[in-house]
Amino acid sequence: MKHTISVLVENEFGVLSRVAALFSGRGFNIDSLSVAPTNDETISRITLVTRGDDQILEQISKQLNKLIDVIKVIDFTDGSGIEREMALVKVTAEDESRAEVLRIVDIFRAKIIDVTPRSYTIEATGSPAKIDAILELLRPLGLKELVRTGPVAIGRGSKGWKG
Amino acid sequence: MKMNGARILLECLKKEGVDTVFGYPGGTVINIYDELHGFKDIHHILPRHEQAGVHAADGYARATGRVGVAIATSGPGATNTVTGIATAYMDSIPVVIITGQVPTPLIGNDAFQEVDIIGITRPCTKHNFLVRDVNELAGILKKAFYIARSGRPGPVLVDIPKDVQIAQAEFKYPEKVDIRGYKPNLEGHPKQVERAIEMLLGSRKPVVYVGGGVILANAAEELTKLCNMLEVPVTTTLMGLGAYPEDSPNSLRMLGMHGTYYANMAMTNTDVLVAIGARFDDRVTGKLATFAPHAKIIHIDVDPTSIKKNVPVDLPIVGDVKDVLFKMIKEVEAHPDKVKAFKEATKEWHEEIAAWKAKHPLTYKHAANVIKPQYVIEKLRELSDPDAIVATDVGQHQMWTAQFFTFTKPRTLLSSGGLGTMGYGLPAAMGAQAAFPKRQVIVVCGDGGFQMNLQEMATLVQNRLPVKIVILNNNFLGMVRQWQELFFDKRYSQTCMEQPIDFIKLAEAFGAKGFQATKTDEVEDTIKQGFAYDGPVIMEFKIAREEKVLPMVPAGASLNEMVLNA
Ligand SMILES: Cc1ncc(C[n+]2csc(CCOP(=O)(O)OP(=O)(O)O)c2C)c(N)n1
Repeated sequence: MKHTISVLVENEFGVLSRVAALFSGRGFNIDSLSVAPTNDETISRITLVTRGDDQILEQISKQLNKLIDVIKVIDFTDGSGIEREMALVKVTAEDESRAEVLRIVDIFRAKIIDVTPRSYTIEATGSPAKIDAILELLRPLGLKELVRTGPVAIGRGSKGWKG
Repeated sequence: MKMNGARILLECLKKEGVDTVFGYPGGTVINIYDELHGFKDIHHILPRHEQAGVHAADGYARATGRVGVAIATSGPGATNTVTGIATAYMDSIPVVIITGQVPTPLIGNDAFQEVDIIGITRPCTKHNFLVRDVNELAGILKKAFYIARSGRPGPVLVDIPKDVQIAQAEFKYPEKVDIRGYKPNLEGHPKQVERAIEMLLGSRKPVVYVGGGVILANAAEELTKLCNMLEVPVTTTLMGLGAYPEDSPNSLRMLGMHGTYYANMAMTNTDVLVAIGARFDDRVTGKLATFAPHAKIIHIDVDPTSIKKNVPVDLPIVGDVKDVLFKMIKEVEAHPDKVKAFKEATKEWHEEIAAWKAKHPLTYKHAANVIKPQYVIEKLRELSDPDAIVATDVGQHQMWTAQFFTFTKPRTLLSSGGLGTMGYGLPAAMGAQAAFPKRQVIVVCGDGGFQMNLQEMATLVQNRLPVKIVILNNNFLGMVRQWQELFFDKRYSQTCMEQPIDFIKLAEAFGAKGFQATKTDEVEDTIKQGFAYDGPVIMEFKIAREEKVLPMVPAGASLNEMVLNA
């Protein structure tokens, strides 16, 4: 099963490689990973997506917690978190397909951020499922390049991570 | 008071109560060595190889329960420490390793003798630090010692660039440490303890399975008390040897690949297994699918990642083993009636175990014409001091020592269990002897592993460390040869070390003493002479060349599928 996990870490150099090494050293998979500072400048937040059964997930979470630089691990099991991802998509757009691309962009409330006579570059944000959906429609028109950030996630409700 | 980083380091070590360090100088630690010159409070021992320096710090830590300290220069000095660090990591030994680093402005530029030792040791340290500002040095060292010894202990490396050693700062050693991401859970949950005792007292075929965690937590006394109160059978891992007296009638001795038949049969038949400070290593469990198939498992460990890693657990207790055992004793004391009933109910189990013990005791065939290694170990036990510290290297001799020495006290066996590091024994013994100059320290080696760090003979002689070196010489890399014999049709590929070494001359070349026994009836005298000699000494025993360690659970087999004799 797919899990989105937030890891709050000390904003110190080398932390990311500790987290990444934990995964590679134990044969756990990372589907995606994003890291950036938070509102507290001493803390960075890593959002990562991984897979595994309950036993593997329990190990992953315990091992992450064991790292000295890890302050908190939050597993957004179904429903407890909101996820958003951004994709930049360069798609072939010539002749009649130009209109089709525009329609899709409109339906998904995406944005065209660069235009040439032969292509559109699109910025799309939303849940990973929404990104998958727009890509599915754009792919037959000719995907030239695709960049995805991987999801970031935040808990639902009024509480911050400290509770 | 302002002082340079090198001096701050030494003052911090002093504050931590460090009396002995094992280190090797070089360009990036020369400032530390300059400060050390004439620094009265710290005794420095110069090993002949940085790997041995870390093993010595590790041996010092295992024997004393304190944090061992090693120093190495950057680049090759630092990389030489890696095997020592990984060894300590696998066995959860508290060691702080100080490495020099090239000056901060050169880091990342492939400077002379630069390596990314932080990157290299990340997977085999509990944590590591690169100090980038002299003002952070004292705080980092405080954290390093705290992390190394608290919770599940382990090695911590502190990399200090040369310019940080030279830079000046005010010396203030922090009183307390607070690391927000590191709060080991030391107190076992009382409700869980209650449930554990209830489960245990409800069992008919209980076994207590003890690992090195009990020794690390200084909880051997509590363990012994609890198990004696309940008269419950106790088996230990290699790392757990000494946590419970092996001469007790409740002892099942060691379990696993080269454990006793009766320990492994007890594991296969137990209904409630209490694992304490043990991690279900594959050398212990054999084939997982058939491990303790009838047992409810209670697992007590300070490290939550150990629990449910290899086997499903019915009742986990996260906490310091000493605290949990203390609570368990209290709980048992509160229920004398239940304890009485439990002892009555487990009588049959004790009889069953006694029958296994009688059927297949640990044994070997004595021989008059050729020295049996097991006999040497038995004689060593008989002739050594009751509180002697025994280090081993890795191989057959290690298992014979584990099987036949009979350990009765914690911190008297120093052995590389998790990593199985050849070359460990001699320097580890050196570290233990440095900690306890007056106690008898013995190291049992094979001829192969001894040659991996034999240069430390020089360190022993120079520092008057009277380690008694026992070499069980079979002219083979014996343990590998045994596998080749059993599983590869006696194709002894590259395991024969026929080249004759004159170990007596070798000892003399270092300024030590050497004795040799080639016949069974010389064994006793050789040991007596070796023990009587006032200084480091080699006792070489030419043993039966193709003797095997038995019994044995072949890798991947079930614990009850033991090869008893072949
Ligand atoms: C550094 C290292 N290299 C290789 C091994 C693999 N190994 C395990 S036991 C062994 C043989 C040890 O031979 P020896 O030291 O003569 O001891 P014996 O088994 O004969 O008692 C070897 C090569 C190891 N454990 N460590």
